Amino acid sequence: MNVPLLSDQIKSKFPDAVIAAHQYRGDDTVTIRPESIVRVAQTLRDDPAFQMNLLMDLTAVDYSKFAQEPQGKGGHINAGIALKQPSDIPDANPWPGPATQARFEVVYHFVSLPLKHRLRVKVPVEESKPEIDSISALWGGANWFEREVWDMFGIRFTGHPNLKRILMYAQFEGHPLRKDYPVTQRQPLIGPNN
Amino acid sequence: MFAGENFITSKLDDAIGWCRKFSLFQYPFVTACCGMEYMATACSHYDVDRFGAGFPRFSPRQADVLFVVGTISHKMAPVLKRICDQMAEPKWIVAFGVCTCTGGFYDNYATVQGIDTIVPVDVYIPGCPPRPENVLDGLIKLQDRIQQQHGTGIRPVLTPEDRARERSFTV
Amino acid sequence: MEQPQKTVQQQLETATRSYDPNTGLETRDMLLNIGPSHPAMHGIIRIVAKLDGETLKDIDVEIGYLHRAFEKMSETVSYNGVMPYTDRLNYVSPLINNMGYCMAIEKLLDLPVSERAHYIRVIMSEISRVTDHLTCVGASAMELGAFTVFLYMIKAREYLWELVEVVTGARLTISYCRVGGLKSDLPEGFAEKTHAAFAEVRKVLVEVDQLITRNRIFFDRMKGTGKISKEDALSYGMTGPFLRSTGVNYDVRKDFPYAIYDQVKFEVPLGTSGDNLDRYYVRMEEMEQSMRIVEQCLKQIPGGPVAVDPQTGKPMEASEMVDRAKMGQIDKITDKIAITDPTLEGSDSRVHDKILVSEKRVSLPAKEDTYGNIEGLMNHFKLVMFGHGIRPPKGEVYFPVEGANGELGFYVVSDGTDKAYRVRVRPPCFTIMSGLHKLLVGEQMADMVPTFGSVNMIGGELDR
Repeated sequence: MNVPLLSDQIKSKFPDAVIAAHQYRGDDTVTIRPESIVRVAQTLRDDPAFQMNLLMDLTAVDYSKFAQEPQGKGGHINAGIALKQPSDIPDANPWPGPATQARFEVVYHFVSLPLKHRLRVKVPVEESKPEIDSISALWGGANWFEREVWDMFGIRFTGHPNLKRILMYAQFEGHPLRKDYPVTQRQPLIGPNN
Repeated sequence: MFAGENFITSKLDDAIGWCRKFSLFQYPFVTACCGMEYMATACSHYDVDRFGAGFPRFSPRQADVLFVVGTISHKMAPVLKRICDQMAEPKWIVAFGVCTCTGGFYDNYATVQGIDTIVPVDVYIPGCPPRPENVLDGLIKLQDRIQQQHGTGIRPVLTPEDRARERSFTV
Repeated sequence: MEQPQKTVQQQLETATRSYDPNTGLETRDMLLNIGPSHPAMHGIIRIVAKLDGETLKDIDVEIGYLHRAFEKMSETVSYNGVMPYTDRLNYVSPLINNMGYCMAIEKLLDLPVSERAHYIRVIMSEISRVTDHLTCVGASAMELGAFTVFLYMIKAREYLWELVEVVTGARLTISYCRVGGLKSDLPEGFAEKTHAAFAEVRKVLVEVDQLITRNRIFFDRMKGTGKISKEDALSYGMTGPFLRSTGVNYDVRKDFPYAIYDQVKFEVPLGTSGDNLDRYYVRMEEMEQSMRIVEQCLKQIPGGPVAVDPQTGKPMEASEMVDRAKMGQIDKITDKIAITDPTLEGSDSRVHDKILVSEKRVSLPAKEDTYGNIEGLMNHFKLVMFGHGIRPPKGEVYFPVEGANGELGFYVVSDGTDKAYRVRVRPPCFTIMSGLHKLLVGEQMADMVPTFGSVNMIGGELDR
């Protein structure tokens, strides 16, 4: 097949919007600027070259503690012979990592049913201004996904019709999937804080 | 002949306890995975009806036993408390599954670490989820407790012998 | 373009009263709260409905009552330690979750898994799919008053669970997959047991079919209710039986084949109108197709249904093996088979290499090696001790499998340590629930029950 990669097609269509693109383990990924997400998403949905009619997933990643933790205790597996860990073996096609220094990345997974291809679109979001345009006008399913990202990461989606907490209760303070939220910090509505 | 003036009342308590323990109207407060095992227990294979607890009532006002089946999150905790308060005495509460007993392996910001921090619990059935046999064992233990209870619904203070007797049921 | 979804509260503020021009009477909308604990809501969810008489004018769905922080917990445990948490996502078909998660990590590690392991995974996940559909159809039939169907289907599910228990050692939360393979091999006599169990399931399906498919009450309540168009279903990202009931042919097993799904023949049942009845038909047919896949797999599986070669290896108590190994008498214990806890059955050195990749950095050694020689013991410790374990390279992958409710995807980000940096699960019924108002608004109040039943909401997967 000589079909150009989807990320390359995006690059040629939106040369100003694309920050980076890579393929890792067969997943085609493109990182774009936050202000152009609606534009790109609209093209992905409506352009006959893409026909991404399913927004499969929308989530976010908090990169604030990425690769800062110690790399585990043992460097080698000593099973008779010393083996290097998979994480220490140089990869022929290594993952380039997050494209910018921004704390968050909002990750979209699009699928095209007619053309049977997938694309991951990532958008860096700065911690100082955790805002991004909502795409809930393009896909109905984005509505709840964006609410979940707001609930879990505290990223605001401008233009979202009903941005409120979805999994946690309204009295909950903080955003639990941020890396600085301690896993056992409970905020009970009733009962002790055990 | 008679053991004392308590003979009549204690026999009456026995009779009431016997009646109560074999006509348990349960409220399955099903939230999570344990509900699947609850279904299995309630249906024909394991047949909880053999123990007189076959008829689930989905109204707290008509139930005597609250089965808290599955993880209780902090969002759900006020609901559980309210349902417990709505139940009329005498009532019993069974913690079904390890999440309701201690929180299980969900030691995190969202999960209540054992429902006994918010409501009183009579019988704990551990397991993740407990097998139906385990559930039936817990039910029998509950019946044993109900039998010991005073006719007015006042719970007895358990002696060490009682506790040992309860433990002897353990598989 | 999509109308912005207002909450019921917002709508109430604008207009609650109106006058009926024919009668001149004032009508008022009514708010009805359903849930979070309600007999017709299997699962905990709260729906606030605005009613005009019996008609649903608007609904507001509140979820999150079973939020157990799956994604946060996954960041705190080792890669194989996430397995029990995945069981409890969609707890009616746990094996599909196990498989999806494992295959995502294997994709990250770029690790090929033996064909036999893939076959067993497919067999077990198709059995799980049948149990899921049995539960869904049975529960929704029960809510329509067909209690017998529920009892029959739970009976059938019990046969399958016994089958699952024989293989995995547990009925429901099985944690059967491992990164790189499986916990144990298929036990002796599995094929015969499967055929016997399927015969019972088929009997039940015929009975259920006779009981309700042409039953006037059931038919009328399912036909034409809870309708959704193709466009809406796609816009809301619905997948699985839900999308297929609208006529869109999308099944991950066919369109993006994984494991060995391209080597088995099966059909994807499609509906036409996207109503409750179509979803019921699709699920009933999918059960048959799943059983067909399992039967083919049992025929095609390399090494046959039971791979144990009884010629080699004599049994020996594990404790004795350890004692001898401590004293250095390892020549007496090579080629012996350890008698271990019954939960470890089917994972001894005879079958170990057939079900797990022989990659020391990923898979635990066979118990005979752990007990019998120091290299095996060290390898074991290096994988299970705190701070050690599987350490995939830095990277991110997304791997979708066909769950019982639709596409179940795992998006894993690794930062090269022994814990996942981020595990995101794409829950299939989350998207279905997000479009619930599309299904319900304009319908009668009573139609909420069959519609909600056919959604097959699973709390663990919806709220995670």
